[in-house]
Amino acid sequence: MRLLVCIKQVPDMESRFKVNSSGDWYADADLAYRMNEYDEYAVEQAVLLREQLGAAADLTVLSMGPDRVVEAIKKALAMGCDRGVHIQDPLVHQKDPWQVASAIASFARDKKFDLIFTGMQSQDRGSAQVGVTVAELLEFACATTLVNFSYADGTITGKRELEGGVKGVVRLPLPALVTCQLGLNVPRYPTLPNIMKAKKKEITSLAVADLLKEEALAATTSFYPPVKKGGGVVLEGDPADLVVKLIDILKDKNLVRR
Amino acid sequence: MKALLVGEYREGKLLDSIYELLAFAGKLGAEPVVVLVGDAANVPRCDGSVYLADVATYGEYNPDLHKQLLLAVIHKEKPDYIVFSHSSYGWDLAPRVAARLKAAQVSEIMGLVEGGLEVGSCNGKMRRIVKPVTATAVFTIQAGAFAAQGEPQGSPTVLTLEIAGAGKVQFQGYEPVEAKDVDLAKADIIVSAGRGVGKKDNIPIIAALAKALGGELGASRPVVDAGWVNHSHQVGTTGQVVSPKLYMACGISGAIQHLAGMKKADFIVAINKDRDAPIGEVADVLIVADLLQFVPALTAKLR
Ligand SMILES: Cc1cc2nc3c(=O)[nH]c(=O)nc-3n(C[C@H](O)[C@H](O)[C@H](O)COP(=O)(O)OP(=O)(O)OC[C@H]3O[C@@H](n4cnc5c(N)ncnc54)[C@H](O)[C@@H]3O)c2cc1C
Repeated sequence: MRLLVCIKQVPDMESRFKVNSSGDWYADADLAYRMNEYDEYAVEQAVLLREQLGAAADLTVLSMGPDRVVEAIKKALAMGCDRGVHIQDPLVHQKDPWQVASAIASFARDKKFDLIFTGMQSQDRGSAQVGVTVAELLEFACATTLVNFSYADGTITGKRELEGGVKGVVRLPLPALVTCQLGLNVPRYPTLPNIMKAKKKEITSLAVADLLKEEALAATTSFYPPVKKGGGVVLEGDPADLVVKLIDILKDKNLVRR
Repeated sequence: MKALLVGEYREGKLLDSIYELLAFAGKLGAEPVVVLVGDAANVPRCDGSVYLADVATYGEYNPDLHKQLLLAVIHKEKPDYIVFSHSSYGWDLAPRVAARLKAAQVSEIMGLVEGGLEVGSCNGKMRRIVKPVTATAVFTIQAGAFAAQGEPQGSPTVLTLEIAGAGKVQFQGYEPVEAKDVDLAKADIIVSAGRGVGKKDNIPIIAALAKALGGELGASRPVVDAGWVNHSHQVGTTGQVVSPKLYMACGISGAIQHLAGMKKADFIVAINKDRDAPIGEVADVLIVADLLQFVPALTAKLR
């Protein structure tokens, strides 16, 4: 069984974001990058299935972006993926979801993948489009937002998470693509021996221009921090003083006694 | 301009989010046409046309078939916009339709601005303006961003929608939420732990503050996913929606899905070491501090 997992590298969300010079995305400098949180669940699920199937499976991890995304690929290899593919694109942030999906689909089209995993969305752009669009382009069965996954005899059984925590149980035939939601599993930390082993795994580099022939369907025209709505007070300083100040406020609002 | 609004039907009921879609169409200045897989007893109150496909035939979740139904209506009505709620139904279906039409999709729209659509970015810390370049565009709108104005009125012309076909994905049914051991909806005071508490061993610090204030312990999703507290404490779109007198968010960044569960609280206090955390947008008081220092000190003073 041929498995593919698609991952994105994103900045740590606790970073201070600064707008880049073209005003359409964050400036790269001073940011610490990591694997998109949703994709960690996708990688873990793919590796679990890889382990379940043993020698009968082969698991590729793919990421699109500038050279730094190789770090995320290496992490996925250390978690248990067999091989990596890097679609080199220093300007990935200017591609819309349609273009990212088109590039991935054009890579995947003749590779006979049976099952593709992606995160349900990225933490930085949050469009929740790329996975489903890849499935549409490849005409794969697709279900999103899985919080439970199992595979047996050519059929996937998944639970989709719905509003309020209700779940919808679905079955999918292969070939299929599933998008993974937080909490689907417990992503493993790569161990040192596995990090060493991963260094020997192959990472193929492909130029985005060779895969992507599609124009963007949407453009980001600006990027900015939200205007603070005001109203709220911000208290900073010595924790002991802050405690006193907060208790005064809570007393004033009758939210604590005394 | 015409907007095709895709209604949602779950567990035998039409969801109220249809009225948010109608409000959004109003803001766009577009003539609304509704399409829905549902039943004749559950048609929205509005003017104009409602295309209705029978849920008994097409199911509540059958994305391949629902996509075909929508494409049939789109073919006939030639809308400029096709609008979904940004929900588990909408984000699952919208990209399928957009891909078939090769139309731009803009996800989780929170506002209409000069020159484009405003969407959140970086877990709510930033905003983006996105502009479709295709003639037809697919939109999903953020829950609660376009509130319905007044009581919905009108009685639409209902048109029956039918197609032949089958879907690849098979829906097996719903699984209800596990029984709750705490009903946060009834609590006057909730003190919630977020990922910022760092580890399971620190949960008692937050629980102790909840106790000192006479409230209940709440949590953000990662804390629940990690198994530090159980799901009945989760606040947010996939947990409980609460409206206590006091909500204290400890080490919670304020992602939209969390805010959706607590922003109706009367008074919100956030404790976060990041001054820019989006929770600051809804907080009445934002305490910029390390919660591991601040929370025990606060609890001690309250005792
Ligand atoms: C479909 C869907 C449904 C979802 N449903 C829900 C839901 O119901 N409820 C929910 O909560 N989330 C939900 N989420 C997840 C949501 O998007 C966020 O990922 C989540 O709310 C983040 O939780 P958090 O704020 O605890 O963690 P983070 O975003 O990681 O934030 C941690 C915060 O703690 C602060 N911090 C760290 N250390 C300290 C310290 N020592 N002292 C003080 N502050 C500190 C940081 O500055 C940061 O702001 C959902 C997501 C999706 C896609």
